[in-house]
Amino acid sequence: MASLMPRLALRGREPRWLAPVLVMIAIAAVFALTAGPIRAAGANPPAAYQRYLLTPLTGTESLTEVLLAATPILFTGLAVALAFRAGYFNIGAEGQFLAGAVAASVAGLYLSDLPGPAAVPLALVLGCLGGVVWGLVPALLRVRFGIDEVVTTLLLNPVAFLLVQGLLNGPWSNPTSGFPVSDNYGAGYTLPMAIPGSRVHLGLVIAVVLAAVTWLVMSRTATGLRVRAVGLSPSAAAFSGVAVRRLQFRAALLSGAVAGLGGAVQVLGVGQQLTTQVSGGYGYTGIVVATLGALTAIGVVLVALLLGVITVGAQNASLVLQLPPQMGQIISSALLLAVVSALVLRQYKLVRPRAGGAP
Amino acid sequence: MTDLAYLALITAMVTAATPLVLGALGELLCERAGVLNLGIEGTMYAGAFVGFLVAGNAGSPWTGLAAAVGIGVLAGLLVAFLTVTFGVNQHVAGIGTTLLLIASCDFANRLLYGAGTVPQVPKFPLLFPDVPVAGQYLLTYITFLLVVPAVFLTLRSTGFGLQLRAVGENPEAADAAGISVARTRYAALVIGGVLMAVGGAFLSLAILGSFTLNITNGRGWVCVALVIFARWRVVPAVLGGLLFAFVEALQLQLVITPAFAAVPREVMIALPYLVVILALALSGRNLRYPGAYLQPYRHT
Repeated sequence: MASLMPRLALRGREPRWLAPVLVMIAIAAVFALTAGPIRAAGANPPAAYQRYLLTPLTGTESLTEVLLAATPILFTGLAVALAFRAGYFNIGAEGQFLAGAVAASVAGLYLSDLPGPAAVPLALVLGCLGGVVWGLVPALLRVRFGIDEVVTTLLLNPVAFLLVQGLLNGPWSNPTSGFPVSDNYGAGYTLPMAIPGSRVHLGLVIAVVLAAVTWLVMSRTATGLRVRAVGLSPSAAAFSGVAVRRLQFRAALLSGAVAGLGGAVQVLGVGQQLTTQVSGGYGYTGIVVATLGALTAIGVVLVALLLGVITVGAQNASLVLQLPPQMGQIISSALLLAVVSALVLRQYKLVRPRAGGAP
Repeated sequence: MTDLAYLALITAMVTAATPLVLGALGELLCERAGVLNLGIEGTMYAGAFVGFLVAGNAGSPWTGLAAAVGIGVLAGLLVAFLTVTFGVNQHVAGIGTTLLLIASCDFANRLLYGAGTVPQVPKFPLLFPDVPVAGQYLLTYITFLLVVPAVFLTLRSTGFGLQLRAVGENPEAADAAGISVARTRYAALVIGGVLMAVGGAFLSLAILGSFTLNITNGRGWVCVALVIFARWRVVPAVLGGLLFAFVEALQLQLVITPAFAAVPREVMIALPYLVVILALALSGRNLRYPGAYLQPYRHT
């Protein structure tokens, strides 16, 4: 079987046009693969792609909705990119995001009288702390005992969801609503709007500033160089005097803080209450965003905007074409797999098996 | 607790352990071949959904199970294509596969059943329903009496098992000895995918007789943890599955115990996950991972 399949051989050097062409091929492959399900749902694929990719860009209101949809995944994308860069595979941004939302809700529900200038910063700081707390145990287990952070961070995601659910069914339940939602926070806990007349809140500005700072630190400082060195080769970094474990520990906690801040921003920016739907997979989407963004701050911003477009497009297609909104997630995850596979061909080329088999 | 309650607890434990043992053995085969398969959560989910869907349409859980086997093969091939042929980062390939499979199932579910409730489908009957402990589904018997020994013996004493371990420990040496690393890893991932998908189908076709969103609820991640906990050995993986299932069954039992009525249900449900993390923390030090863990291999 394997000997009949084309295999990959190292390329001499990479032509400059190659990467964009490969990405285009990957996008075309995703279109081709999703055409079947879209047709099965009774929609016309070209019309659906137009909804997904172009319609969100054609109006001021939908453009602001794109920015709103991109905000939470900017945070989780940055969080994941930070950790991955340092060689710490934090797959727990989902749980850390939820923990941040819960921590911000503590302030919003129990200190509801605070005025805005005190309330918002308090809730945001608590959000960061919530994310740090949720990321702390896996980080400690990793640097102290070498226990794989992938599985511990993953396992804490369902636990965080159960925490939200337990709070909403228990102490924070709202008897006047039939749904698992908390009471509204105090009036001070509303993030100011960033674009008047839209739903885009200050969270977007915070995320963009965070991305800019990340870019600056990663590309212009010695700390950034150390982080990148650890991610590329921990042993080489250790050999040249970098305290690898301490750096990974800090990256892990910082990653948790950014994801938790994202959760706090989301509850303060949209709805001002905790619901079980508050994340809905933003932490996992953050992995898509970070990876497609090549773990760079600029890449994360661009991909978060792209996925924001697709999310708004998917909501639109769901209303107009009755296409289930999950198509948005299908497209983004298929895009992830197609692009990372295609980019392998930057270094390798496909060769046909030679007649006569081996080698 | 009465004797009867203890027996009920053990019965529930064995049932709840079945999908975990299947998933963990599937993951174990992949990892022993050198590939971390984080597609497991999505593969179990897809097995549960496709099994449910086909069982409902065909009117038989067996047809549903066959369909789950099919989707397991496909999921295994996808992960193999990504990680073996292309050598993509295994964390990214696995998470991407899980996201894609779950989104696809939820898309189809929404398309076919709308936002409303899904139907009940024909489910597997209990064998010996009146006998404590032995009152289990046929799939549970198959899992413990056939699959576990088969995986154990295959890994330990067959040529294929040796090849599988060789490509996971030292692919260069395996290659030099004439073993096709790619073909062996493809085989491990496909067999692993089938076991995971059947584990998922057990949830929909045996336990529930239906499908709910989020049906696997992180069980795939638990299986990944169990494999590490078991240090990539079959028997400890089975015991780990039973341990997790015991806490799960205990939790179900405690929920209906008056003394624990004040403890929120969610705390109980979270308990098994926390126990697994604790077990890892206590036992997971100084591990020796398979030699070629996470390493793609290119025949030169």
